[in-house]
Amino acid sequence: MSRGHRPGHRTRGREGSPSSPFGDRTLVLPGEEIRAQGLKPGPGTYRTGGKVYASVLGLLSERPPLVQVIPLSGRYIPKPADTVIGTVTDVQGTFWLLDIGAPRWAPLHMTGTPWQVDVGETERFLRVGDAVVVQIESLEATGRIGVTMNGEGLGKLEGGTIVRISPARIPRVVGRNGSMIDTIRRLTGAEVVVGQNGRVWIGGTPEGIHRVSEVLRIIEENAQHSGLTERVESYLQSTTSTGTRGPEAPPHEHAHRDAPPRVLGAAEPDEDAVDAEDEPPEPSESGGH
Amino acid sequence: MGSVGAKEVPVLLSPEGLRIDGRKLDELRPIRIQVGALHNADGSAFVEWGANKVMAAVYGPREVHPRHLQQNNKAVIQCKYNMAAFAVDERKRPGLDRRSQEISKVIGEAFESVVFAEEYPRTSIDIYIEVLQANAGTRCAGLVAASMALADAGIPMVDLLPAVAVGKIAGKIALDLKKEEDNFGDADLPMALVPQSGRLVLIQMEGHMTEEELSQALELGVQGCREIYEKMKQALRERYATGPIGGSA
Repeated sequence: MSRGHRPGHRTRGREGSPSSPFGDRTLVLPGEEIRAQGLKPGPGTYRTGGKVYASVLGLLSERPPLVQVIPLSGRYIPKPADTVIGTVTDVQGTFWLLDIGAPRWAPLHMTGTPWQVDVGETERFLRVGDAVVVQIESLEATGRIGVTMNGEGLGKLEGGTIVRISPARIPRVVGRNGSMIDTIRRLTGAEVVVGQNGRVWIGGTPEGIHRVSEVLRIIEENAQHSGLTERVESYLQSTTSTGTRGPEAPPHEHAHRDAPPRVLGAAEPDEDAVDAEDEPPEPSESGGH
Repeated sequence: MGSVGAKEVPVLLSPEGLRIDGRKLDELRPIRIQVGALHNADGSAFVEWGANKVMAAVYGPREVHPRHLQQNNKAVIQCKYNMAAFAVDERKRPGLDRRSQEISKVIGEAFESVVFAEEYPRTSIDIYIEVLQANAGTRCAGLVAASMALADAGIPMVDLLPAVAVGKIAGKIALDLKKEEDNFGDADLPMALVPQSGRLVLIQMEGHMTEEELSQALELGVQGCREIYEKMKQALRERYATGPIGGSA
């Protein structure tokens, strides 16, 4: 990306602020003073010497009685009831540790699954590297993140690919009332599971996976523009199901097994789940959500 | 003035008061900062400062490795400064040495005083600084790059951390020494400033200065830091006003 910086010359203007694409919301940087105007300093700010400053890079937001900075970057910060996609990083006797992109690994206890798991038998159900959809259940002051796999739409993910995007972009991927995600599913025929933590699981044919990840790239790059759904729609229609002529797909972060079908089931019989590990997967009950 | 033994010393200051590369005494070398240069890191920045080229990557807050370093009330900040074997004229012996350990330590401690580590207990914020090409002032360039990478990673902190070295060449206090000036000069004084409070969170010195020269040098350094601060803010604005946004992509 070309920078407008000419070496050898000092910047003339003090602030050099380019016009903001964020509407009336201002971009603030760590250490910048915020005119709090009687509002209390909220998340992303700090107060010292009677003045309020931003502590993170983000957008200034005044929500009386708070003034806060909504971060534009950074790791996923878990919120209760968020649905997230994680990968197993460690297996213990009674729980698994999941990487959900948060500052800490999240323990998934064996009682938080739809399976009948005996102590010490955890590895028969999930192994390191497996992908799961879970929900944030509890957040403790220590930073511990409790998750559960009991609930609709939660469970283990089989096959497919996980693409990572910034968690801040997830609302654009879903769209208003799910309009964007519906469009994507309808026009690609792929199965898509969106985690609030910025991880998107895509299942189906390799070509569908390719097209969805391309769409995700478009959304991430143009998130601040309006009319994104139309743009995605026209992209998907111009690159009809065969003969993709879009640009190269971004590299996939996690190519879990290439097996096409997936089992996303809370009501998964445990024996089958275990057996399915090494056997060729049964044909999927195809079709999107 | 400023005679250094019998060695052949280049003329560091012309009669007109210009330096070896034509700069004035209070002038910085050109700086170019690119935020978000790496994809796999949570935050990153590439800094070209004169002939220095430095890459910084920040990971975290994330699980602490090794586990015993974990702190129950705050994040630990682990900084690793490294210079590539090809960064200097003569091949640098790769790997850890006393110099890089020292620099890692002082940079890490500088960031400990600005990062709100209490917000992420039992985690680690890992800062990696790789010097790809060196021409004096790499710890300052590394600090600037790491500071940009921390902001890019969304880490909460008091302020960005501009840094610069002030030195003494041909008996005069000069801003931002380049290699020849550092090698043949009389003193070198790197520092890092918290612009919001005016506090210095890193000061080291090599060589000799009088008390008077020292206060002059500190003043010049703070002024230089403020100039760099503006460039840092501009680079972050450029990055976040356009283009894709996101740590790990």
